Amino acid sequence: MLDIQTQLFEATDIRFGPIDHETHPEIESKWTHDAEFMRLLDLKPVRPLSPAMIKKQYEAIEKEIEEDKNLFYFTIRAREDDHLIGKAMVEWIDWTNGNGFIRLGIGAAEDRRKGYGSQALHMLLRYAFGELNLYRVTAVVPAYNEGALRLFQKFGFVEEVRRRQALNRDGQFWDLISFGLLNTEWQDQARA
Amino acid sequence: MKDIYRGTLVRLCDESPEIMAKAFAKWDRDTEQHRLADSDPAMLLSEKKIKEIVEKRAENKQSAPFSIRTLAEDKLIGGVGLWVHSWSHSDAWLGISIGDREYWGKGYGTDAMRLMVQYGFIELNLRRISLGLHAYNERARKSYEKIGFKMEGRTRGDGLRDGVRFDSLWMGILREEWLAAQELA
Repeated sequence: MLDIQTQLFEATDIRFGPIDHETHPEIESKWTHDAEFMRLLDLKPVRPLSPAMIKKQYEAIEKEIEEDKNLFYFTIRAREDDHLIGKAMVEWIDWTNGNGFIRLGIGAAEDRRKGYGSQALHMLLRYAFGELNLYRVTAVVPAYNEGALRLFQKFGFVEEVRRRQALNRDGQFWDLISFGLLNTEWQDQARA
Repeated sequence: MKDIYRGTLVRLCDESPEIMAKAFAKWDRDTEQHRLADSDPAMLLSEKKIKEIVEKRAENKQSAPFSIRTLAEDKLIGGVGLWVHSWSHSDAWLGISIGDREYWGKGYGTDAMRLMVQYGFIELNLRRISLGLHAYNERARKSYEKIGFKMEGRTRGDGLRDGVRFDSLWMGILREEWLAAQELA
């Protein structure tokens, strides 16, 4: 059903917004000093980044958005006071085959376990399927990220690939799990 | 020490970018070949452009590309390469294409892949090697299983060709699995 009245970037407690080059680098720099958070979100070796480095990253993100046209990037804000909560994106979109990867993170510890991740994922999926018209999305999750595993399972994602011992953290090996959700599965859920 | 570039049917080489560009330009005309090896849309590029791509890949510190030549006739028949997507987790993607279709299904690809897996484990000292393939590529799956790759999953309908949805398969081999198989051999 066509439903253009629905506001794609508004949820109960949060909203999607663009990058704010003035205020966000300071906040996101703080997140990068939290190694535990960064290891949940990213597979690359983590390291703290200064606000200046974050600014450069934002410029690279906006360059990619403009030139490659396969990245859709949102900041997650609190509706109450507009403070930066996290980020959510559809990335590496393969337009020919209609698939993309989704990723999201809630930056500050005090903003976690409040349902913001669920609201953000709901908006991100609605956007990926309803606006970008993707056939399917993939979420890649380290086996040690239990919060993310629960979140994607709750949204009906199917575990499709388990790359054995693909990650080495603190001398321990972890599987890298790839979840998939099809547009049709999402539609069925929305109707149910 | 053994010659790690030499198999039973092929050897791994490096070519001048001009030679490789000329070969790829010829092989790219065979769209069945392209659609077996690649998920990007089939496309024809100039030799100049292909040469630039080959040169760029050669400079990339994460990638280890080789050409494949037959031992019998020293004929250039394809390319194979590892791309180390993470040095810290020590995992690499492995990809191959036998561009010359005369050499399909005769063990040349499997021989080249065996050499590349060995190179990954004993020269790059990787912990794991990963690969992906189209579910319709039966010949590739059998070849990879022979080498010791294990099936790790299937992404549903992530490919679309000729209006038909198809799956991708994902396989991996761990260093200790490969080492154990060498001792048996």
